[in-house]
Amino acid sequence: MTDARSQILGLVRRARGERADAAAVDARLAARRPNLIPARAQLPHAEQVALFLKMAAEAACTVERVAADADVPEALATYLAAQNLPAEVRIAPSLAGLPWDRRPTLTVRPGKADPADAVSVTGAFAGVAETGTLMMLSGPEHPTTLNFLPDTHVVVIRASQVVGTYEDGWARLRAGPGTMPRTVNFITGPSRTADIEMTLYMGAHGPRRLHVILVDSDPS
Amino acid sequence: MQPQSHAFKDNVRTALADANLQRALDRFKGGFAVKRKIVADKLPEFEALRDEAKGIKDHVLANLDLYLERYEAKVVETGGTVHWARTPAEARAIITDICRSVDAKTVTKGKSMVAEEIALNDHLEAAGIRPIETDLGEYIIQLRKEIPSHIIAPAIHLNKEDVAKAFREAHTHRDPARPLDDGGVLVGEARAELRERYLAADVGITGANFLIAETGSSIIVTNEGNGDLTQILPKVHIVLATIEKVVPTLEDVSTILRLLARSATGQEFSVYTTLSTGPRRDADLDGPGQYHVVLLDNGRSGMLGTEFQDMLRCIRCAACINHCPVYAAVGGHAYGWVYPGPMGSVLTPSLVGVREAGHLPNASTFCGKCESVCPMKIPLPKMMRHLREREFEGALSPPATRFGLSVWGFFARRPALYRAATGLAMRMLGWAGRREGRFRSLPLAGGWTSVRDMPAPQGRTFQAIWAERRRG
Repeated sequence: MTDARSQILGLVRRARGERADAAAVDARLAARRPNLIPARAQLPHAEQVALFLKMAAEAACTVERVAADADVPEALATYLAAQNLPAEVRIAPSLAGLPWDRRPTLTVRPGKADPADAVSVTGAFAGVAETGTLMMLSGPEHPTTLNFLPDTHVVVIRASQVVGTYEDGWARLRAGPGTMPRTVNFITGPSRTADIEMTLYMGAHGPRRLHVILVDSDPS
Repeated sequence: MQPQSHAFKDNVRTALADANLQRALDRFKGGFAVKRKIVADKLPEFEALRDEAKGIKDHVLANLDLYLERYEAKVVETGGTVHWARTPAEARAIITDICRSVDAKTVTKGKSMVAEEIALNDHLEAAGIRPIETDLGEYIIQLRKEIPSHIIAPAIHLNKEDVAKAFREAHTHRDPARPLDDGGVLVGEARAELRERYLAADVGITGANFLIAETGSSIIVTNEGNGDLTQILPKVHIVLATIEKVVPTLEDVSTILRLLARSATGQEFSVYTTLSTGPRRDADLDGPGQYHVVLLDNGRSGMLGTEFQDMLRCIRCAACINHCPVYAAVGGHAYGWVYPGPMGSVLTPSLVGVREAGHLPNASTFCGKCESVCPMKIPLPKMMRHLREREFEGALSPPATRFGLSVWGFFARRPALYRAATGLAMRMLGWAGRREGRFRSLPLAGGWTSVRDMPAPQGRTFQAIWAERRRG
């Protein structure tokens, strides 16, 4: 008996006849050539940042903009208070270096998400302007569970991390980390469902709230 | 599940008389279609992207064996395992064996139409493994022991009272007197119930919208986040996908993703687009320790190289379903299997045979809307016509239809006689219906006039008017 693999590949090969072109396939995989790129996000960087914030807000994120890292603890504490959320958050290890001690009332614990965590705070690898999408890479510095388990997810992203398109995100990934992490999450707004009577409800399984804090300056 | 498509005509009668279903379908009509148009209009390149996406998939299908081999090599390189399955039985056995190897008691599942196709849940249960659907719509219909009625909105045929009843019967540990008349409360209850299941599950099973040859990644696209909790919390992640899902590069999938959500739900982008590549890395703090991909054929290779190959471009967005007047009238269950609407009317007979599902390609007005909104430009009406031909050639169409077609064929092959006969018939019908402008009943047309009036012709044929205008 032929095994399933060779039989399936054999059937596929027979069906397509002689047209296959291994050199063309390998060239395409190596070239990774972008296809048509919509004009929407082909903008100067400052306008890409503005588009990113606008599209994220349209996807039901709440967004705010601060000048520098030093402003993040204050912005976070103010946001949590306004939402009546506890000042106790799980942070991605990548954010451990922010000056959290500026707000001593905030309790920040780095690590992966615990089911009891109400709020997570993470960074992002990139922000994609064309649809207001956050691009997250999994790794020891950014456990994926932080993106999904807590009720509220706060994302701290730098203006310099905003790119125009998904393709720009892939280009940064190839130039930076180089290899694919276990998980790449593109996140566009908070979790939602319309499975009951086609009515939209937020917070189906993932976070009910997604708050974006955009930091204008890079750390000096 | 066993296809019930042969019962389509009975199913339709039941569906049309079902007031609850019709109430749910009234809500459905227009909903997705309007949203799709708004976001498609906001992207000037939308039409050009359709051509590009079609080109990508055509290229893949012409070289499918090569792309599958390269995809498989990448999965292995990144620490995953690829299992090949020719049939549903082989796929089910592979999945059951993986579950048993980690002594799994419960598995959570993201929404997967392929899992529906192979009736995975029934077989897991028979093997003593409890499957739990986590997409809200799938969870609801699992409680009700139903199949999905729509490929992206599985519980679209239900009203919220039906959901409340299902939750009361299933969640017996909760206060029986709790109010459940608000949709938001229902969503909250499902969220709380499923949260415990995610944390307790031993294995997570998801489908895949795409497989990427360049990186060996699988992609799922959801709005709820259920597919993500399904795959990052348990020890093992199993991806169940069919062989035509592969695309070459991250760039290629980005192009198709620009069409998917816009065509499906009318969103600019779905909330969660997740690429999974291998198991967790050594230093990772979370994620599954094992990553398995089950690559299923189940009839796809048999469509390659035939007039139905174009159907393998389908990305399961449901735009054709959302714009289909037949689907909107009868809902998804009438189609009798996993795939309803126009894409189902082509895919179901292609996969399970014209003998079982020959009715489905006849359930079309050929209005052409499905093809006009298909992001992958699949010629659905043309393929339905091919299937009708197969049905006719296989002598599977009913005698009355065959007789009617042969009478029509006799005249159609004799144009002068055809013009004379139709001209006479139109004049007579126009005269007979001159008073009311319509017929409440007509001989041999009871199937039409039992549920609607037949408008009376104006007295002349289209061909006559056409010829006159061309002269004038």
